[in-house]
Amino acid sequence: MARIDLQKIAHAYRPHPSKPADYALKPMDHVWEDGGAYALLGPSGCGKSTLLNVISGLLRPSEGRVLFDRRDVTDLPTKERNIAQVFQFPVIYDTMTVFENLAFPLRNRGFGREQVSARVNEVAEMLELTPVLHKRAQNLTADAKQTISLGRGLVRSDVTAILFDEPLTVIDPHLKWLLRRKLKQIHEQYKLTLVYVTHDQNEALTFADKVVVMNDGEVLQLGTPQELFERPAHTFIGHFIGSPGMNFLACELDGAHAVTSGERIALLPGLAERARQRGGRMEIGVRPEFLRLRNEAGDGTLAVKIASVRDLGNFKIVGVRLGEHLLNVKVAEDQDLPAEQAHLGFTAEMTRLYANGVLVG
Amino acid sequence: MNKIQNNKAWLLVIPVFVIVAFSAIIPLMTVVNYSVQDIFGPGQRVFIGTEWFKEVLLDERLHDALWRQLLFSALVLLIEIPLGILIALALPTRGWSVSLFLIILALPLLIPWNVIGFIWIVFARPDIGLAGKTINDLLSIDYNFTSNAFDAWITVLIMDVWHWTPLVVLLCYAGLRAIPDAYYQAASIDGASKWAVFRYIQLPKMREVLTIAVLLRFMDSFLIYAEPFVLTGGGPGNSTTFLSQFLTKMAIGQFDLGPAAAFSLIYFLIVLLFSWLFYTAITHISQ
Amino acid sequence: MTLKLDQVSKKVGGAQHLYPLDLELKPGLNVLIGPTLAGKTSLMRLMAGLDKPSSGRILMDGREVTDMPIQKRSVAMVYQQFINYPSFTVYDNLASPLRLAGLAKAEIERRVREMAALLHLEPYLERLPGELSGGQQQRTAMARALIKDASLLLFDEPLVNLDYKLREELRAEMREIFQRRQAVVVYATTEPLEALLLGGASTVLDAGRVLQHGPTLEVYHRPATVRAGQIFSDPPMNTVLGKVEDGMAWLGEQIGLPLAGHLTDLAPGRYRFGVRANHLFIAPGSAEDVAINAVTQLAEVNGSETFIHITHHDGTYWVVQEEGVHSLGLGKEIQIYVHPRHLFVYDEADRLVAAPRSERRLAATPPEPETRHGAH
Repeated sequence: MARIDLQKIAHAYRPHPSKPADYALKPMDHVWEDGGAYALLGPSGCGKSTLLNVISGLLRPSEGRVLFDRRDVTDLPTKERNIAQVFQFPVIYDTMTVFENLAFPLRNRGFGREQVSARVNEVAEMLELTPVLHKRAQNLTADAKQTISLGRGLVRSDVTAILFDEPLTVIDPHLKWLLRRKLKQIHEQYKLTLVYVTHDQNEALTFADKVVVMNDGEVLQLGTPQELFERPAHTFIGHFIGSPGMNFLACELDGAHAVTSGERIALLPGLAERARQRGGRMEIGVRPEFLRLRNEAGDGTLAVKIASVRDLGNFKIVGVRLGEHLLNVKVAEDQDLPAEQAHLGFTAEMTRLYANGVLVG
Repeated sequence: MNKIQNNKAWLLVIPVFVIVAFSAIIPLMTVVNYSVQDIFGPGQRVFIGTEWFKEVLLDERLHDALWRQLLFSALVLLIEIPLGILIALALPTRGWSVSLFLIILALPLLIPWNVIGFIWIVFARPDIGLAGKTINDLLSIDYNFTSNAFDAWITVLIMDVWHWTPLVVLLCYAGLRAIPDAYYQAASIDGASKWAVFRYIQLPKMREVLTIAVLLRFMDSFLIYAEPFVLTGGGPGNSTTFLSQFLTKMAIGQFDLGPAAAFSLIYFLIVLLFSWLFYTAITHISQ
Repeated sequence: MTLKLDQVSKKVGGAQHLYPLDLELKPGLNVLIGPTLAGKTSLMRLMAGLDKPSSGRILMDGREVTDMPIQKRSVAMVYQQFINYPSFTVYDNLASPLRLAGLAKAEIERRVREMAALLHLEPYLERLPGELSGGQQQRTAMARALIKDASLLLFDEPLVNLDYKLREELRAEMREIFQRRQAVVVYATTEPLEALLLGGASTVLDAGRVLQHGPTLEVYHRPATVRAGQIFSDPPMNTVLGKVEDGMAWLGEQIGLPLAGHLTDLAPGRYRFGVRANHLFIAPGSAEDVAINAVTQLAEVNGSETFIHITHHDGTYWVVQEEGVHSLGLGKEIQIYVHPRHLFVYDEADRLVAAPRSERRLAATPPEPETRHGAH
């Protein structure tokens, strides 16, 4: 188990980077706690795989140091870093049985017969692989193969971190639940440091204690799923996390209120003042989950027109028009909706303000 | 109506049937026809049943040629397959040098077979050949492939290895390149040695191309004719006379059409049998 | 255009990929939903004419096309992989089906521009597929399929290899594009949410059999079998064996509830009860709620919701989807609550005998313009 320190890490695939655009990974400084479950989340090309390769040792960063438990491993090859990795597509040794696959990392390290057998049986039991232990690994299903990949990491007691590179890509939605549960249980039980790369917000948020959101080679926010959901540090995160994403409304400030399309929206005390000091382009951000749609006008509600209703079974997404803006509102499946005119309520605690795309509060 | 439309595809296959008929089935049938008759002259032939087959099968010279042929093919496979794999493993995986190496390797495959024989005559002649003279003069080894059976064998073997190993290399190289990087990364994480990577990743993933390589090399070496014909003419004595050459001598040299036909069929069946054995053995290993 | 499958089956070697099935698909969007190996791709290949069914007939507009080769059918297909002509520019990729059809140059130009505009490909018309991102490559493949004006459009999990947010974007666009077409659109997916987002009609497929066919929301609200309910819910629908006896419904042995609401007319007998994860709560919502003892196995937070994985004393495994963030330890004894009005009931023959009454009071849904905005 290990704490991972990324000290002023940066990487450029071309030599002599001069401007920020030359970096695949822009300079960053992070400490990832021992036993934490971290997810690297971002669209393709955001640098998350580059960062994973820096941690696994497949790529030597052009700047900065990588520390495992305060030991500098920047120049150590993958083999000597005591990490395990599960890849996007199952990697198994075709000619071996499940047992031999699991035993492989131990045998390579010269463990004795009995030790190998004891450890493999223990891990197989935990991963529910015991019934297929002596079958050829090649003929198993994709989820069993991914479980074996995970098992090859778990058999080693010296493993400091397990890295996952979009491991559920080839797994059925129904089985994803089971694999995620297995993974969570192992994490709870063994307190391993886990790093999980994905573009899927659901996977990242459900898997991780801490999510690292990346875009354009940069870490935009590192926070708990709840923080990312409730206080996205950047409009990009507001849009990227959540389905549908956060609603953004360009606005102006007037006293303690935001004004958009001629309507006044209440903000938390002091927020407008801080935003004024920051200056720049102002936007209100509010999640579809934190908007209330009413049939009758109430305290501080705004009149809106219903433009669309999408019934998604256990909830509905209602598109409403406020001036020139179109907002998504999430409502319960059994909520009564008016035909056209409705009233929209904001909660000041859940209404965020962004200056030039960056969270003010 | 629909049925007819659907059967149109068969029309496209007809040319193949016609070609196969002319190239294989009809000649083969002619051979079958000859193999059961004794021919005295044009229009004078007698049906003699399996007489030729018996004679050919009991022929000592044929047995010798067959053993020589089997030994030759075995040596070819034992040398060329491992050597081909080794070279494929040693080739660079990226950069400009890849195409350079591949082109150099492919060169012997582009030379006509009888030219290969001629090149090697010139190369190996003890009096003027670069290799032959070097061995004799500089290494002081008495080497003469035209008079010494062992030297002749070695020369034919080296010639074949030089000529055909590149094919094995190219096949193996293609197989190796098809292995995703993740496998090597996983192996490195699992602490696998180079040998383990070869044994558990590269070799299993090359299985299909190796099947093709072994079959091709077996069949080609078993049918070898042009190169030893040009280089040694089957000599000294009969020491490098392989099956094809033996057959040619019999059919054209002595004009024994009947026995030659019977022999052709036996030859054909042997090739078929061995190819089948190799194929089932290799595919069986993988199950 | 309608597509009708009449007792169609497919057997490959000894394996039955599809059991004899009847299906009638109307113009508009038809979702094929099922887990991998359900037979979605096999079925689409039969519809396209890439494969011949082992038995049965396929009719397009009442005309039999079972033996008609794919070239003669009016069909276009989009795959999981981004399949374009690598040496053609995007423009030529889009133009190729029209050139094959022998259209005039000016007409080709007009339709390519129109389709490029629809799928936001205008800036990339002169590029090669290799120079595009995954999303743009798949847009190109879709545009090529759409431009043919085929009467049957087949989409085999086209978004599976794309980023999550891109999927969301393309899904919304496709929904709009499909609505404007007269073609029969068949769209295969494994994800219930995707089916719901696309709307239209849905066919639930499992292990080579059609479990249910109907309007997507109807299938969602009234899954015909337990398996259909599991396939059409993410997380899968929770179920428990039970019975109706002496005027009470029993979930398992311990939990009894009165026969009220949609359960009123249940005859005594053995049943399987189902409830979706979002209808289970960790706090009672009303006096009628029934408490169920459970042990927590895992709690996953996805920002706004928590998924609580639990087991009952008999080992049955359920998932509770709860609004908000809740941290619950592992192996903790808790009570979860379900309101009887949310129960699905299946009889011993696995037929739906009672389903929650879905409240859809909004009679006419207004037209649905695309609601993307504030995108960065």
